[in-house]
Amino acid sequence: MSLNLRIKKGLDIKIAGAIASSETVVKVSPKTVAVVPDDFPGFTPKVEVKDGDNVTVGQPLLHDKHDEQIKLVAPVSGTVKGVVRGERRKIERVVIEPAADTATQSDVEIPQLSTAEEVAKFLKNKGLWAMMRQRPYDIVPSAMAKPRDIFVTAIDSAPLAINPAEFIAADKEALAKGVELLQMLTKGKVYVSRRHNSALSDIEGAEMVDIEGPHPAGNVGVQIANISPINKGETIWTLDAMTLWRIGRAALTGVVPTEAYVAVVGSEIAKPQVVCTTIGADVESIVSGNLKADERNKRIIAGNVLSGTKIAADGYLRFPYRQLTVIPEGNDVDEFMGWASISLSKNSESRSFPGHFFKKIFNPDARLKGGRRAFIMSGEYDRYLPMDIMSEFLIKAIIGRDIEQMEKLGIYEVAPEDFALGEYADTSKIEAQKIVREGLDYLRKELE
Amino acid sequence: MKQLRKLLDRVKPHFESEGKLHAFHSVFDGFETFLFTPKSTSTSGVHIHDSIDSKRTMIIVVVALLPCLLFGMYNTGYQHWLATGATEFPFWSLMLYGFLAVLPKLLTTYIVGLGIEFIVAQWRKEEIQEGFLVTGILIPLICPVDTPLWMIAIATAFSVIFVKEIFGGTGYNIFNVALVTRAFLFFAYPASMSGDKVFVNTAPIFGVGNSQVVDGYTGATPLGQFASQSSDQAVVLTNTVGEQITTWDMFFGLIPGSFGETSTLCILIGAMILLFTGIASWRIILSVFAGGAVMSLIANVFNTPLYPASMLSVADQLCLGGFAFAAVFMATDPVTACRTNVGKYIYGFLIGVFAILIRVYNTGYPEGAMLAVLLMNAFAPLIDWCVVQSNIRRRERRLKVVK
Repeated sequence: MSLNLRIKKGLDIKIAGAIASSETVVKVSPKTVAVVPDDFPGFTPKVEVKDGDNVTVGQPLLHDKHDEQIKLVAPVSGTVKGVVRGERRKIERVVIEPAADTATQSDVEIPQLSTAEEVAKFLKNKGLWAMMRQRPYDIVPSAMAKPRDIFVTAIDSAPLAINPAEFIAADKEALAKGVELLQMLTKGKVYVSRRHNSALSDIEGAEMVDIEGPHPAGNVGVQIANISPINKGETIWTLDAMTLWRIGRAALTGVVPTEAYVAVVGSEIAKPQVVCTTIGADVESIVSGNLKADERNKRIIAGNVLSGTKIAADGYLRFPYRQLTVIPEGNDVDEFMGWASISLSKNSESRSFPGHFFKKIFNPDARLKGGRRAFIMSGEYDRYLPMDIMSEFLIKAIIGRDIEQMEKLGIYEVAPEDFALGEYADTSKIEAQKIVREGLDYLRKELE
Repeated sequence: MKQLRKLLDRVKPHFESEGKLHAFHSVFDGFETFLFTPKSTSTSGVHIHDSIDSKRTMIIVVVALLPCLLFGMYNTGYQHWLATGATEFPFWSLMLYGFLAVLPKLLTTYIVGLGIEFIVAQWRKEEIQEGFLVTGILIPLICPVDTPLWMIAIATAFSVIFVKEIFGGTGYNIFNVALVTRAFLFFAYPASMSGDKVFVNTAPIFGVGNSQVVDGYTGATPLGQFASQSSDQAVVLTNTVGEQITTWDMFFGLIPGSFGETSTLCILIGAMILLFTGIASWRIILSVFAGGAVMSLIANVFNTPLYPASMLSVADQLCLGGFAFAAVFMATDPVTACRTNVGKYIYGFLIGVFAILIRVYNTGYPEGAMLAVLLMNAFAPLIDWCVVQSNIRRRERRLKVVK
């Protein structure tokens, strides 16, 4: 069985630095890897290891304060080089230096998973639970709520992203196993969405969703809203295809695969390519020798340009470990009267810029390109959000911390990433994703 | 450019918190961001931004207003030459006359309005916002050419302070700032804002122009002529020297009226610019004209000498007075208009209907476009509320089905 979903609203931002062909995959062994608890909203970390400990791959490093079974595990065997803490002793990351000899795990047993409880415990202990998200709130699933349905996305429509299904499509056995396990956790359906004409064939037991259209077609929130919207009181779990594959592999072999296929892209990358490395690998190992040698300040983004995280040059890959984008920072440019420009190289969705009509590839930097203002133009967010949400009114309700109005306007259906395109196009440069994230956190705190 | 940048960098420290000129920090910041795109980069959310910003948006509106402004200059000169009995109309003299007529008003609105904006921005420690760039040019365009400067200054100050700043500045106001300025003038100084003395300049300006008006001169606008018409006469619209005017005259705009509002052609050129760039909402412009056409048609079908303006054809109604200008430049102000797409249709349509309704059936007001837009400004949040409610109800129904 399969559903077809054709998304009309949206926008594929054309920016420089795409991968020409994803056929060649470059292997990179990281110098260090890190697990960053901030990548897992809703997970309150407690450390289980300390500096200098020897850890093996799959060994728990952190657990959730509210549910001890939910772990974040070591992606490699090696030595704990540091538990880095920030302000108020908040755990920022746990860094591991991989051991030189990667001895394979010896006492691996293939798990017996016949009940939902066993599956849940398995996923939690193996660090796979934390790689799922739940709506509402866009957090690591809380153990209490049973999901109505589970949505798996094997599509990434974000700028410069590669098709995540490509690298795992061949392992049908693991994907089917993963779906089988997920099916045990929900009474509803397990949906798997893929790009129309994707290499991913139908997976047994899953409801396949064929998706056409521009970004944000790949955002799971958009898919949920167009297939079966979330109502108040319902819970949906979401995960990406890579996590599904890891779940399946882990169930079949007892070992969680730790490789990650990362698109290394952006206009400041000399040769955009796909890199196969380890979850949480350090950025230096990945980009060394591949950054453009120009004088420009660079911004390294773990993730895509719309919803990724800015990281330092000595930072680490961040969840979902799929993309690394490097663009010019732009704080070294003096642009004279940019607002009056008729240059063709200015990226814009507004027809007031001639560049809009010549759909070439743009090379935008990270500047806001204007001052922050109150909402002036209307409809800029709805224009790029193919969901039945009145974005601007929802954002205003969030700013006003009006819980009742937030609920009425559908805050349970959204995640920050759904507002990213609107935020990109916004004349007033409002920080919509930050506002929505804060709103979701506020709501959760008030209602729990 | 580099020299300018260096100069700015040299004086910048004086405006920062320790500097001597810190009191003018916002003003400096305003000029700096005007000259150079700010270097601030994204700190949260998306890492790249669209090149559009509010400066670009506002400047496009100003560009769209230029045809009206230039035509207004010409027409002011033309009306003066016509009223003083000229038979030749030298283009550059007409333009010079019109330029001299409008320049003091432009300077007055910008000095008063921007002055207040600068002070408020400094006081609130905010950036200077661009909204007044448009308002400042709109005000002279919608006022009769003879409006005294001191009145414009007072009205501008009133609306910038009480209509915009006390609500929080650009983006927070409920009513259109330029229109409230016009309304303030209209109700506070009715003698200077309507009647047949104010729409045509009959005196020379700085020695340009003539001083003697011709016999039989009347400065009444077409709509003014209706308002003063006794009901038992047939209506014949005339220009200032008694010649009959046609629909084409009204369309091209060589008739008496507020400075920039007379030429429907120039307004349509402005509309094209706004629609092409996507700055103005086509939904609003379209529905204002639709509403106006429907109401004009109704009035025309049930025409009665009791209300002389009901005799006008649909085309005349849409070309005359401030209707087209209001549709294109006033109703489309995104801050005071409806913000939902469905709301925009309703909002625009009702503006069109009320503008003609007031114009035809309220003989006290020769023109209704200003009042119609202000009225709908007040109702825009209510219309949006209803549209948002329908979204909310859809969600509630979905929930009920599940339960």
